[in-house]
Amino acid sequence: MIGAAARARVGGIAMMLVRALRGPTLYDRVLAVNSLGTKIILLLGVIGFLTGRPDFLDISILYALINFVATIAILKFFRYRSFQVSLDRRGRGGSR
Amino acid sequence: MSIVLEYFHAFRPALGSALLLVGAILAVIGTIGVLRFPDFYTRLHAASVTDTAAATLAILGMVLLAPSLAVVFKLAVVWLFLFLTGPTSSHAVANAAHTAGLQPMIGKLDENEGGSQ
Repeated sequence: MIGAAARARVGGIAMMLVRALRGPTLYDRVLAVNSLGTKIILLLGVIGFLTGRPDFLDISILYALINFVATIAILKFFRYRSFQVSLDRRGRGGSR
Repeated sequence: MSIVLEYFHAFRPALGSALLLVGAILAVIGTIGVLRFPDFYTRLHAASVTDTAAATLAILGMVLLAPSLAVVFKLAVVWLFLFLTGPTSSHAVANAAHTAGLQPMIGKLDENEGGSQ
C-alpha cells in the first residue's frame, strides 16, 4: 500500500513535469516547479518509509528549505531583472 | 483503556498506509487539475489547495508509521515548514503574475480551447 502511494506520487510528479515543460507563461512554470518540489519532498519521506530508513526525512527538510527560497528568488529575479534589489522597497509594482 | 490502545497499535500501520494512499491520490487529482485547467489562476488554485491538504494527509500517515519519537519530530518540522511556505509561495506567484499584467480569463470558456491549452 505504501508502494502504491509512492507510485501514485511518481505519476503525479511526471504529470506536473509536463506542465512545467509546456506552461505557456513563466508563472505556470514557476508554479509547476514549486508544486513539483512539494511533491518530491513528500516522495522522499514515503521512499524512506518504504525502504525502512526514515533518515531520508533529513533530506526532505533540506529540500523544503531550498524549494521555498528558490521560488522567491526566481520571482524576484524576473520582476527586477536583478538579485541586488532590496525586497522591502515600496512604490514600484507590487504594493498597493 | 488499554484494550483501545492495543487495537490502535494493531491497526496503526494499516491506518498510516491508507492515509498515505489518500494523500497521494489527492495530489494526483490536483495535478490533473493543473494539467487540464485553462487559465493560470485556476491552475494556481488547483495546485495550492490540494498541495497543503495532500501534505498534511501524507505526513499524518507517516506519523502513524513512525518507529520513534525523533522521526515524529522531524515530520512535524517538515509539516510546519510546508504549511507556512506553501500558501506564502502561492501568494507570491499570484502577486507576481498579477503585477506583471497577466489577466484572469473572464467569461464563457470557448469550446475549442478548453483543456487543451
